[in-house]
Amino acid sequence: MASITVEQVKKIAELAHLQFSPEELQRFIPQFQEVLYYIAQLDDVSTENVEATYHVLERGSRPVSMREDQEEPSLPVETVLANAPDSAEGHFCVPAVLEEE
Amino acid sequence: MNEICQCSIRELRRRVVEKEVSASEISRSFLDRIEKVDHHIRAFLTVEADQLLEDAARLDKKIASGELKDGLLAGVPLAIKDNIVTRGMRTSCASRILENYVPPYDATVIQKLRAEGAIFLGKTNCDEFAMGSSGENSAYFTTKNPWDLGTVPGGSSGGSAAAVAAREAPGALGSETGGSIRQPAAFCGVVGLKPTYGLVSRFGLVAFASSLDQIGPVGQTVDDTALLLQVLAGPDSRDSTCSTKHPDDYLGGINEDVKGFKVGLPKEWFGAGLSSQIEEKLQKAIAKLEGLGCEIIEVSLPHTEHAIAVYCIIAFAEASSNLARYDGVRYGRRTPEHEDLAAMFRHTRNEGFGEEVKRRIMLGTYVLSSGYYDAYFLKASKVRTLLKNDYLQVFEQVDFLLGPTTPSLPFKIGEKVSDPLQMYLSDVYTVSANLVGVPGLSIPCGYSEDGLPVGLQIQASYFEEAKLLRLANALEKELAIQRPDLPFDES
Repeated sequence: MASITVEQVKKIAELAHLQFSPEELQRFIPQFQEVLYYIAQLDDVSTENVEATYHVLERGSRPVSMREDQEEPSLPVETVLANAPDSAEGHFCVPAVLEEE
Repeated sequence: MNEICQCSIRELRRRVVEKEVSASEISRSFLDRIEKVDHHIRAFLTVEADQLLEDAARLDKKIASGELKDGLLAGVPLAIKDNIVTRGMRTSCASRILENYVPPYDATVIQKLRAEGAIFLGKTNCDEFAMGSSGENSAYFTTKNPWDLGTVPGGSSGGSAAAVAAREAPGALGSETGGSIRQPAAFCGVVGLKPTYGLVSRFGLVAFASSLDQIGPVGQTVDDTALLLQVLAGPDSRDSTCSTKHPDDYLGGINEDVKGFKVGLPKEWFGAGLSSQIEEKLQKAIAKLEGLGCEIIEVSLPHTEHAIAVYCIIAFAEASSNLARYDGVRYGRRTPEHEDLAAMFRHTRNEGFGEEVKRRIMLGTYVLSSGYYDAYFLKASKVRTLLKNDYLQVFEQVDFLLGPTTPSLPFKIGEKVSDPLQMYLSDVYTVSANLVGVPGLSIPCGYSEDGLPVGLQIQASYFEEAKLLRLANALEKELAIQRPDLPFDES
């Protein structure tokens, strides 16, 4: 299997909204590579005609059901906003995403 | 040590309902114990003494009026892993990103415990977002193993297991994704149960890997663990992955004999890599089971060797998705530095997450990224089916699987931190139960030459917890392990 490159790691970090310093990358890349080598063992397992299991409750006698779509009271807005780093007038605040005219 | 702190949950509850002792006295005894010994092990991230005593006083009034006489946990103070949300009590997941998060609601399991008269001592330390096998990934400090302060308590529910082992709490809740209840229970010499996926509601459990996560109890004895499960189990309309099946009676038949049960020993669990000290204790326990009339049969789970690889792919992929929610907008920490929105997300996550969490998010993002999905996530999900088929076949031959909980005795603090893969491999005997969804339990089966606990694991088929607890209870009684004094309790 191919080696992971610094560029690839930076690209994944961007997708995950993370950023690594050059020192962190130096430590991180070999560990990342080692785990990738390890999980590559699955290439040797034959999975022809095998269906994927995404969830163990999918089959058999393990019934799950969806509840009725009924309206229930929500938490009060001020309670929900109490943990927000920045809020105003019943809304979460974020840095501006649109330029002012 | 105050005698109250040595009592079982069942005994504490009996004394409370029979008015021999008040909930307030019990709470004060455990608070004293925490005060005296927690500086050695540091099992707790948060202790809410005032809240606890207030709740205890309220309970005492209810008990006086006869209101709580049927409460299965009347007056019992419990410790809760810090990734289970508790209304008004800080829930940080041992992460900086949630360091000031005070949940506005209770997890379903917390509501259920409250309804039976339980109260809460506080929140226990764990690996950040439950990601780890040693407890060392907590953003705050490392909890120590009460039996040897230089070794890890295991993880991720290390604080819960250590608190119960040190008698700082009569019982606790933990959570599992790949062994995070059973492994620390084994390392700390207590009982830990990972229920069938879907038996216990996950509503209010901070998500790590949603197809694997389950909440479960930690107790001093199998009987107490069964009692806690009785309260925790059952349907919940707020968790669509929670089974609608009504829970069984876990206590009624727990003392029945176990003659004729077929116990399978998966040969893959007894191979190279298993500590000889652990194997020796297991052989003694197996002989006891034969003495109790169980039939011991060697079985095989041929895909076991791939379980960790499957786990890494699935768990990290799900984690990368679940942890996308920490963006500094709705809750948790926000970076003070943010020139724009994208930078705010990036800096917030960089500052808020620890190294292991970032590593898992990165690996998870990689295996899900365009061009790699089929090779990793889809492939792992197919091998997961093969693992499940192994289990379905083996449970046609036997009632139980039995073996070690961990390959090694508790390891030294710092021993594996620089080698993430070695750390992942310490869950080799536990992850399959999470991937397949069956219940698993760890009970103490002895102490090593150096006085470290050895754990024995039993697994059963889906929703067979009653049978599992019955076998574990019989074995626990037959083994009658003498618990040594803790190093800091020696006179």
